[in-house]
Amino acid sequence: MKFIDLQDVEYIALGAALLGTGGGGDPHLGKLMAIQAIKQNGPVQLIDPDEVPDDASIVPTAMMGAPTVLIEKLANGEEILRAFNGIKKYAGKDIYATLPIEAGGVNSMIPISVAARTGIPLLDCDGMGRAFPELQMTSFHLWDVSATPMIIADEKGNTVIMESINNFWTETLARNICVTMGGSVMLSIYQMPGKVLKEACIRNTLSLSAKIGESILTARKKGKNPIKNLLEVTGGFELFKGKVIDVLRRTEGGFVRGEAQIEGIEDYRGKNLKVQFQNENLIAIRDEKIIASVPDLICIVNLDSAIPVTTEAIRYGHRVLVLSIPCDPKWRTPKGIETVGPRYFGYDVDYIPVEKLISEGGNHQ
Amino acid sequence: MIYRIGIDVGGTNTDAVLIDQNNELMSKTKTPSTADVTSGILNAVHQILKSSHVDRNKIRFAMLGTTHCTNAIVERKRLCRVGVIRIAKPATMAVVPMVDWPEDLVSAVGENHYIIQGGHEFDGREISHLDESEIMACISELKGKVDAIAITSVFSPISSAHEMKVAEMIREKLGDIPLSLSHEIGSIGLLERENATILNAALHHVAKTTAQAFIKGLQQEGIQKAAIYFCQNDGTLMSIDYAMNYPILTVACGPTNSIRGASYLSGVDEAIVLDIGGTTSDVGVINKGFPRESSVAEEIGGVRTNFRMPDLISLGLGGGTIVTEHNGKIKVGPESVGYLITEEALVFGGKTLTTTDIAVRAGMASIGDSSRVSHLDEGFVQHVLGIIGNIFNEAVDKMKLSSDPMPLILVGGGGILVGDQLEGISEILRPDNYEVANAIGAAIAQVSGQVERVFSLSEMTREQALHQAKAIATEEAVKAGADPATVHIVEIEDVPLAYLPGNATRIRAKAAGDLKHQDS
Repeated sequence: MKFIDLQDVEYIALGAALLGTGGGGDPHLGKLMAIQAIKQNGPVQLIDPDEVPDDASIVPTAMMGAPTVLIEKLANGEEILRAFNGIKKYAGKDIYATLPIEAGGVNSMIPISVAARTGIPLLDCDGMGRAFPELQMTSFHLWDVSATPMIIADEKGNTVIMESINNFWTETLARNICVTMGGSVMLSIYQMPGKVLKEACIRNTLSLSAKIGESILTARKKGKNPIKNLLEVTGGFELFKGKVIDVLRRTEGGFVRGEAQIEGIEDYRGKNLKVQFQNENLIAIRDEKIIASVPDLICIVNLDSAIPVTTEAIRYGHRVLVLSIPCDPKWRTPKGIETVGPRYFGYDVDYIPVEKLISEGGNHQ
Repeated sequence: MIYRIGIDVGGTNTDAVLIDQNNELMSKTKTPSTADVTSGILNAVHQILKSSHVDRNKIRFAMLGTTHCTNAIVERKRLCRVGVIRIAKPATMAVVPMVDWPEDLVSAVGENHYIIQGGHEFDGREISHLDESEIMACISELKGKVDAIAITSVFSPISSAHEMKVAEMIREKLGDIPLSLSHEIGSIGLLERENATILNAALHHVAKTTAQAFIKGLQQEGIQKAAIYFCQNDGTLMSIDYAMNYPILTVACGPTNSIRGASYLSGVDEAIVLDIGGTTSDVGVINKGFPRESSVAEEIGGVRTNFRMPDLISLGLGGGTIVTEHNGKIKVGPESVGYLITEEALVFGGKTLTTTDIAVRAGMASIGDSSRVSHLDEGFVQHVLGIIGNIFNEAVDKMKLSSDPMPLILVGGGGILVGDQLEGISEILRPDNYEVANAIGAAIAQVSGQVERVFSLSEMTREQALHQAKAIATEEAVKAGADPATVHIVEIEDVPLAYLPGNATRIRAKAAGDLKHQDS
């Protein structure tokens, strides 16, 4: 049995921000909420999905909306409990445990505070193993788990209970409800039995986040370069080291899309790398060849500190390491690739796993 | 001919300059800073007047860049007790005001905080209505308990209506108690803006007593006709009245004055500025004559704030930095002999190898006795210079926004560490009078106004939004004392908001102009 204490919160927030692949929001506020909840209620029990009885009911809890809104209009604190408690009626029983829907600076923290305040355990798994921008982009969706019934709650006390015909409709309706409610809401979504969770979840997300965060922070404390540890802990591949020479951004349908252009340094001198993003990093192109793409994780970190750099913060002059972490095998199935592969994001290329791309030196577009 | 005095208070020295209306330097001085700050300022004023003989009545402007406010926050002394009103309920209840502040600072300003109904959404709708009876209850509880009040409303950078309404009600009940309104202090990011607003309120007395002492001191020196200004951390000035209301804006004006002064002395307004001191170096950027602002949350006295600060990289490398070699491994800093350089460095007969000794041995400077470093191996010296060059090259490169070569202005006593070229730098400028660049920066400062708001582009075009932002910034500059004829936009940028349809965009604009000359 393992408990999450205040130190673990620091580690998880940082590690999850890395797995957020450039998106997922600033962990500072989420961290404050999680820290406050643990200070008031004590550490949170972290359990493995296999510890959940098959017939028990679990539900992910999450924030949806713009991180920019969340940092201004902070949560009331009760809305997430309303979303969580409201789902019991549909489950027909108490909720056994909660979990993050995704790894990311904000959404790794929300379920920690829910678990602390309700006294239920937190599950060491999530629905993405990274961050994605839309609600149907979960491994639960691949296992045909319905996102609804879903509870959306705002800080004013409004609660929306949604039942939709499929998870794409859930995304469309929820996105609009979110805007109407003020741009930042709390959810309980993808309520499911333990039996389904064990098959459909992506495991070890929180313990991996903690390991990543710890490796970055302890290396920094000891004055060592954290990059080597980071690659070991994540099983990631180094794609590039370089300096950001330009960042282009534009808004499309409420999402910020753009491209960071990076010029090689050290072993990569004379080469260039482009990372294209839609809130999260989507595709990495080295010397005009695709070297990694969604759903594999493309992470940009500060070259010296290994602190993750978000797509909102990246700018000229940053010295960065770009790494790619193979995604969970669940994403590499035909339905996984259809849901979150390059074509879903508008790229007319087939998905090729990053380890294959690297061994072949990249794929011509 | 009329004259200006510029003063900059630093950690070690208080510098002052006297310049004429053509910005010609008439006299300059460097005097030690004092613990009470004010006596050091008056001493510096006394020195420049003594050496210049100008008619005191012709001194029409006095600009002060001071550390009074920073020191008060860092030392937790002389701060007002602040009533904190956050207009947000039912939002934001999860994180109460001052939750992540150091305890000693919380006890210095008191724990009188309230979260009341109100506030706005990102698109300007109300989260909830203001409740007058709730506000009245809050006011009567604060009455007599606090010296100043900080008011922060959710999304007040978009709609300030609730902050204004609450301020009006407080005025009616409590008279002229100092009020700080968050929409005038910081940008989006509630906790950081609220923090800056509380600190601003806490500084009211410090600002007032500093201003009064400065005015009195100038009068004692026979300066009766000068308009007095405080330097802000963005390189512009504010009138005394404005400074009373926004004292927080004086924090970190020192590095800004140094950057602006360097720009003025070298006649270049787009450049990297490298200020190399004895122990550390600061790298900043001057863009259209103003320092580039930091885009990340900055801490003041252990508190996260988000109001504007100059974007700087500080390096543990200066003229007094210690160089060591251990088992063939060369280490440069960050330890330094600091102000003891004239005793400790080899060229001054000391026993410690410093970066200055390396520069002298390499023939880049003639300071002290060069025969004392002639034993240093040439290969070793080149190796150390390589390390120093790499540190500067990297920092300079990090501060550049494009790969195009830019000029670099070099100021500070440690400038000898830099040779003839740096990577990505078109030319290195070493202006005269660089040692008082900061006081000159104070003396030549302009006046500015700024706005940062979220605009919904479903209601107006991007051009209309930009136009509106520019107009507000210009109006703010004039309000701060700028001559309307000289006001121009110095900065404008827009950033779209992520994860939300509806095309909301955050626009930031800044206008600046010359001081309005008052006829005598």
